[in-house]
Amino acid sequence: MSSRRSSRITDEEISELISKLQSLLPESRRRSMSRASAAKLLKETCSYIKSLHREVDDLSDRLSDLMSSMDSGSPQADIIRSILRS
Amino acid sequence: MDSKGSACSNPNPNPTFGPSKLMLAFRFLRALSIVHRTTPASSPTCRGRRIERAAYASMAYSAGTSRAWSRAVLRRLHHRARRRAVAPRRLSTTAGNRAEALRRLVPGGAGMDYCTLLEETADYTKCLSMQVELMQGIVDSASSNGR
Repeated sequence: MSSRRSSRITDEEISELISKLQSLLPESRRRSMSRASAAKLLKETCSYIKSLHREVDDLSDRLSDLMSSMDSGSPQADIIRSILRS
Repeated sequence: MDSKGSACSNPNPNPTFGPSKLMLAFRFLRALSIVHRTTPASSPTCRGRRIERAAYASMAYSAGTSRAWSRAVLRRLHHRARRRAVAPRRLSTTAGNRAEALRRLVPGGAGMDYCTLLEETADYTKCLSMQVELMQGIVDSASSNGR
């Protein structure tokens, strides 16, 4: 934050970017954020990103499980196969 | 405000953040099919991790190289570092450094100025949520049929 660039960026631009981040939060997280400070919004964004990382992790495992069921020839297999082929 | 590389005057003509959902879906499904072909069925855990890498890779490729976070993700994936992540520096968490937690979460965040960090966070968050939506959609459609 000590670069020359930072000093030429206005508070307005920063708060615009922060409110953009607020708009990206899902509805459930946004409710308590209407009058939140920038620091609180950043904290909530961190929490949201962490939960998204966990979801990617979890969904990756579930997709792997689906691939397994695909290998064993279940009814879901045809659906997945058609998705993967397209 | 118009210094070289300033994020706040990013000449990106596209006002919306994030790549198109279709491109993301295309890339990810293609990667999934490759994982399926190349990973033995006997190693589901390994396959899960490969799927996860495919998720981040397709996110980053869809975002392109114009974003610092996607460049950082692609660098990390191509180098295939053995360690899970670059060890974060121990940063103080005084009030003025609140963004440090964010810097650890957003790829490439450590070296950015505050303004760039906020922009990159917005784009990264948007892409991440699209990727999650996509993966959830695939799981849902595959699970709801044939039950």
